[in-house]
Amino acid sequence: PTVVYESSTKEDARLLPEKLTVYTTLVGLLNARNYNFGGEFVEAMIRQLKECLKVNMYNEAVHLVRFLSDLVNCHVIAAPSMVAMFENFVSVTQEEDVPQVRCDWYMFAFLSSLPWVGKELYEKKDAEMDRLLSQTESYLKRRQKIHVPMLQVWTADKPHPQEEYLDCLWSQIQKLKKDRWQERHILRPYLAFDSILCEALQHNLPPFTPPPHTEDSVYPMPRVIFRMFDYTDDPEVCDSHGGADFTVRFVGHYWSKCDVPSPRMVSGFKTSSDYILVIFAELFQLPSPPHIEVMYTTLLIELCKLQPGSLPQVLAQATEMLYMRLDTMNTTCVDRNSFTKNYCILSFDRSDCLTQDLEKPKPKFVREVLEKCMRLSYHQRIIDIVPASFSVLSPANPVCIYKYGDESNRSLPGYTVALCLTIAIKNKASNDEIFSILKDVPNPNQDDDDDEGFTFNPLKIEVFVQTLLHLAAKSFSHSFSALAKFHEVFKTLAESDEGKLHVLRVVYEVWKNHPQMIAVLVDKMIRTQIVDCAAVANWIFSSELAHDFTRFYIWEILHSTIRKMNKHVLKIHKELEETKARLARQHKRRDSDDDDRSSDREDGPLEEQIERLQEKVESAQSEQKNLFLVIFQRFIMLLTEHLVRCETGGIDVFTPWYKSCIERLQQIFLQHHQIIQQYMVTLENLLFTAELDHHILAVFQQFCALQA
Amino acid sequence: MCSGGSLSILRSDSYVDLSQYRDQHFRGTRYDQERLLRKSCTLYVGNLSFYTTEEQIHELFGKSGDIKKIIMGLDKVKKTACGFCFVEYYARGDAENAMRYINGTRLDDRIIRTDWDAGFKEGRQYGRGRSGGQVRDEYRQDYDAGRGGYGKTVQCQ
Repeated sequence: PTVVYESSTKEDARLLPEKLTVYTTLVGLLNARNYNFGGEFVEAMIRQLKECLKVNMYNEAVHLVRFLSDLVNCHVIAAPSMVAMFENFVSVTQEEDVPQVRCDWYMFAFLSSLPWVGKELYEKKDAEMDRLLSQTESYLKRRQKIHVPMLQVWTADKPHPQEEYLDCLWSQIQKLKKDRWQERHILRPYLAFDSILCEALQHNLPPFTPPPHTEDSVYPMPRVIFRMFDYTDDPEVCDSHGGADFTVRFVGHYWSKCDVPSPRMVSGFKTSSDYILVIFAELFQLPSPPHIEVMYTTLLIELCKLQPGSLPQVLAQATEMLYMRLDTMNTTCVDRNSFTKNYCILSFDRSDCLTQDLEKPKPKFVREVLEKCMRLSYHQRIIDIVPASFSVLSPANPVCIYKYGDESNRSLPGYTVALCLTIAIKNKASNDEIFSILKDVPNPNQDDDDDEGFTFNPLKIEVFVQTLLHLAAKSFSHSFSALAKFHEVFKTLAESDEGKLHVLRVVYEVWKNHPQMIAVLVDKMIRTQIVDCAAVANWIFSSELAHDFTRFYIWEILHSTIRKMNKHVLKIHKELEETKARLARQHKRRDSDDDDRSSDREDGPLEEQIERLQEKVESAQSEQKNLFLVIFQRFIMLLTEHLVRCETGGIDVFTPWYKSCIERLQQIFLQHHQIIQQYMVTLENLLFTAELDHHILAVFQQFCALQA
Repeated sequence: MCSGGSLSILRSDSYVDLSQYRDQHFRGTRYDQERLLRKSCTLYVGNLSFYTTEEQIHELFGKSGDIKKIIMGLDKVKKTACGFCFVEYYARGDAENAMRYINGTRLDDRIIRTDWDAGFKEGRQYGRGRSGGQVRDEYRQDYDAGRGGYGKTVQCQ
């Protein structure tokens, strides 16, 4: 029963972090009745803490540390032993050759427990605590913060400075100490039971050695604290936002993965703006929000339904505020913001963006939002609801552009073949028939067609892809069917790297008015191996796409491509591990059977399979590395060009295009940092060398600083 | 404060649970059907407007993950959209997120409904109502501009 109780209590306490003190009080009362229960409970918690740290479950671990510290308040754990544990935490900062993020975490675990137990620890061991806090201060002073610009949502420090999370926490703790640890956010039910609890016998925490740093250790990434509302000036406002602020800084938030939470479950949120702050803080977190983006939009909708009198207005205000500050918002966050704007009515005045250059953040944002709205409805509807003065921002009508469509184009090379193809395809021609029609297409790249005609022939690709996509333009399904039916032709025409690139170019030419169609076609072509990921990366950075380079759909495609590559590598890796496990089980069975008759021959097929899978894994990993290298290389080329042009022209480097480009580069690093870490040596020696312009090198250095 | 009741709300994942609906045309036992539903990556989507396109559905349902295939529901006679579709994801987790966060939201200004499907089979893309559309459009009495106006029985009166 004790064990059952322990596990369920921990689970419940985890689900409602702000109710932690209720559970610790309960444990305290039980400990007062049964000393052994308290001992077993604490031991179990320590074991779990060690386990969490070993498997990189740091959020869980913080919660456990906080729980343990509050047990001091409930007279379950003796204060001096808690101080000793914290001393061990802080001494991690003295370790040599460990990543800063390791020391950061132990510091965070210590500091973030202090709002709960600072008072009690100071009462019992003030000298030791003072020493700990001064060690903390000197650590915080000497730790590097090169990574901070990469994680900031806004590039400006007005109206709110964006503090690095540990600095922010430290200033909160210092303030708390000055206020003698008085605060009003934490419920302390144990105070009501003081007479019972003070009679209880306390336990000493066993000495806790932080598990050593290993190669497999992955520590949480640093964060920058998101601020949206002004609440440092007005004490009244400060108080009402305090709950949300407190949550954002200390508690973190556990949004149920399950049913969309109701406000009832979330205490400590007194006003609608509290919800908004916490939701946007998570949504704009770099590199990624802790939960899937669509959860936040649905949550906002649900909250609006539950608090119709207040939340919609605050949300509208917040949206307005975010729009006003668009110019300095990180591009990735702007992208995510437009995602949520689908759900909000564009009912306020946006006319300020009409007077601006279309490449500036505000008009660009409105265009992207309108395009996203169109995807969820249809073009005519957008035209109908957007006022005439805004028509320059309206999305293009998503129709396909077929270059051989008009009689007036009959002078174009390939026109007759296109007509021929159209008739053939309508008559359900086979792949072979298509090949024979295409044979007649001359190759503009060669003087004489001395081969079977299957080397890179851009005109062949053009005629075939244009015609097919035009015929299949009716819907996604029609286009996918077309890709499937003529897969063989595609594979042959796009065999070479240039072929793949040209296919992508033609797709763009045909569908440049319909970015959504381009995205799904590229996705399908990767999945059916008509093009590969590197080809897509090269195409995105090509000069043909320069005009659309800062459009959100381009980055949608690039990130989706990287994701597919990553998933592919993981999948094959998993297959390999599973096959290895099967072999191990087979060995085990044989060993236990002790049967000499079953020979190594049985291992043969499995071993062969493992060898093949091993090769597959290596080839996939090498393709993955190549993809990232291509992307970085192209970024460097593009950025260098821009920087050189600005220097020679004497113009300011920091154009909207440059901001967008640099931030997109940062996002690639951030979002895939674990994978990219593997390529550090190559990146340092080959790409991000000292000769590079310092603007570009800075991004690489920020990235290195993240897990340094 | 919080009682044991509200805590179970936090742990529940009821949006992902199976509904009461079981396909009467399913070939196999009830047990087979439920087993398939529990591991399915395919969702049935209902209450669509007849005018909602595959593109719109792709945009909305793409928010919870990569879509493998969308199959539009068709009137058996007219072969035009009749207000439902199937969305198949590559990963079950993405389908679950759609059940949690997209089910019950709006598309084309209509509240759409998602439910687990045991898997698409040829023939299931057609409405099963006598007139060719969905059964629900046979007998309903209200006027729904997005679903062909009045129900079929009303129209025939």
